[in-house]
Amino acid sequence: MATRPVTGEQRAFMTGNEVVAWAALAAGADIMYGYPITPQNEIMHYWTRMASKYERGFLQTEDEIAAGFATVGGVLAGKRAFTATAGPGNVLMQEAMAMAEMMRLPTVVVVTQRGGPSTATVIYSQQELNLTCFGGNGEGLRIVYSPSSHDELFLYTIKAFNSAWKYRFPTFVLGDGYQSKMREPVTIFDPEARGITMEPCRPMVGLPGLPGEERDPAHLRNTYNLEDELYEVLMTAIKEYEAIAPQVVEWDTYAVDDAELLIIAHGVVSRAARAAVVSLRERGFKAGYFRPVTLRPFPAETLRTLAARARNLMVVESAYGQLKRQVQAGLYGLETPVTGYLRPGMGITPEEIVEFVHAKELI
Amino acid sequence: MAIAAQPQMPRVWRAETKPHKFCPGCGHGIVLKALGEAIDALDIQERTIFGCDIGCSLLSWDFFNLDTVQTHHGRTTPVLVGIKRARPELVVVSYMGDGGAYAIGAQHLVSSASRNDLVTIIVVNNTVYAMTGGQMAPTTLPGQKTETTPYGRDARLTGRPILGPELVAAIAPPGAYVARGSIANIVQLKNFIQKGLQNQLEGRGIAFIEALSSCPTNWHTNAAATWRFVEKEMTAYFPVGELRTPEEKPSGRFQEVPPYES
Repeated sequence: MATRPVTGEQRAFMTGNEVVAWAALAAGADIMYGYPITPQNEIMHYWTRMASKYERGFLQTEDEIAAGFATVGGVLAGKRAFTATAGPGNVLMQEAMAMAEMMRLPTVVVVTQRGGPSTATVIYSQQELNLTCFGGNGEGLRIVYSPSSHDELFLYTIKAFNSAWKYRFPTFVLGDGYQSKMREPVTIFDPEARGITMEPCRPMVGLPGLPGEERDPAHLRNTYNLEDELYEVLMTAIKEYEAIAPQVVEWDTYAVDDAELLIIAHGVVSRAARAAVVSLRERGFKAGYFRPVTLRPFPAETLRTLAARARNLMVVESAYGQLKRQVQAGLYGLETPVTGYLRPGMGITPEEIVEFVHAKELI
Repeated sequence: MAIAAQPQMPRVWRAETKPHKFCPGCGHGIVLKALGEAIDALDIQERTIFGCDIGCSLLSWDFFNLDTVQTHHGRTTPVLVGIKRARPELVVVSYMGDGGAYAIGAQHLVSSASRNDLVTIIVVNNTVYAMTGGQMAPTTLPGQKTETTPYGRDARLTGRPILGPELVAAIAPPGAYVARGSIANIVQLKNFIQKGLQNQLEGRGIAFIEALSSCPTNWHTNAAATWRFVEKEMTAYFPVGELRTPEEKPSGRFQEVPPYES
């Protein structure tokens, strides 16, 4: 029985969903719980084809509610458990993720955004930013990575397991239907070959020793009788989240040093934004680009410094202002005008961005 | 002065959290005693995971010297199925009320039954949503007054009481253990629960035990009326006994494949 799915580094040409399955294998994920929804399906397809070869588990549940809660069970049992979903499935998944948030459970969810609201399209959007960052009846104590390429999809899927188990907040990889379905060259690797040590998993139930005699039983709950009890638990979690945020937060920039126009985008759209900046620079316009890699926590401080130097800010996204609201909240008080190129559920090309920049005279 | 003899607690009960948090006259304590005795008898304390739901069952979150997880309303079974799939050596007990099992969590019950998941599910049927103040439950008897059926449950408008064990018995593959006990017969209830745990230990399939229980707080009954309701009125709708046992002869109704064998 083979145990190492990837040795060293390997070049490949594959879809994003296949990349996620390989990354989960390489990360040592033990079990996936899943329910079919497009455009996530092939993550399960590839996982189920490979799982048995590497002694990994899979359970197809009756819905995303069960997939989310079974993932909660898997991590409670001390296993690297994950699930993947999209759109209305992501809506259902939020119930279990709220429990994970309350109980500090290291769940990993890969989201492949599709059009919304409701059933909408099975194709693509960036409309699940709010839901993934702040879903559930809580405070958004989650880690959300937004990769922009297949290389990053591989890297951040591995990283999601490590961040989840290290910091104990539910962790999401926020992809999208385009990334799921398109093929592009990618380097997959054994984490060890890159010096990445996988964070060890610790069971929270089923611990060794007779409970009540050799050790205290693990009594895990998410319900509290008193306001003060909840407040204490929650404020501890909030303080820890705020303390780890500087270690977790990630961003990417290009040509920002003298940028008069700062174009802000995340995920696959940031590739169009970056290409638009290249094109504007070639024609002598001082444009730059900023990309939050983590949407939760949001790299507001870095963005603020860059935004203060620019004359104009432009947010580009395949949603109607979900990223823009995060940007504006992060930059509150700063007077640099923020313009949005907002295309809910639509793909965005570099040409459109350049055209919009000129039409609005942003540079 | 002599101290009066204390009633025997099961070994697996956590003395530090007794007396328990349930109302006077509640059946939960009796069901949890039966469960405790069954766990003691099988000597599986060290590897048993107890999961409780939302509703009055959540008050059992610190009841046992067992690793315990309190989940969401109706979601206890999928959490424990997740644990069991990840760590098959553990014994998982999913404990909930009739609202969690038959209303908000019904899809999980049906799916776990049809998959023959290796989980022991205990449903405490008291015919009402008790924690929220006594609303109609899937198990409320026709004519029974609750906060949302103040003139009595009208079966023409809201249906008849759901028969949980009969439902599970109808869809679970061979190997399943399905029974309905009652707090009125604790020895029998303990035996049913013990057989249900044994079924999981032997890897035969799902175990499902409904326990007829009492809620004098929401029924607004005294002791005599409470027992009369449990023993006469509930039992008339919910017959007590075993519905499926793993020893049953092949019925021909199912393709007879034991769980987890292809």
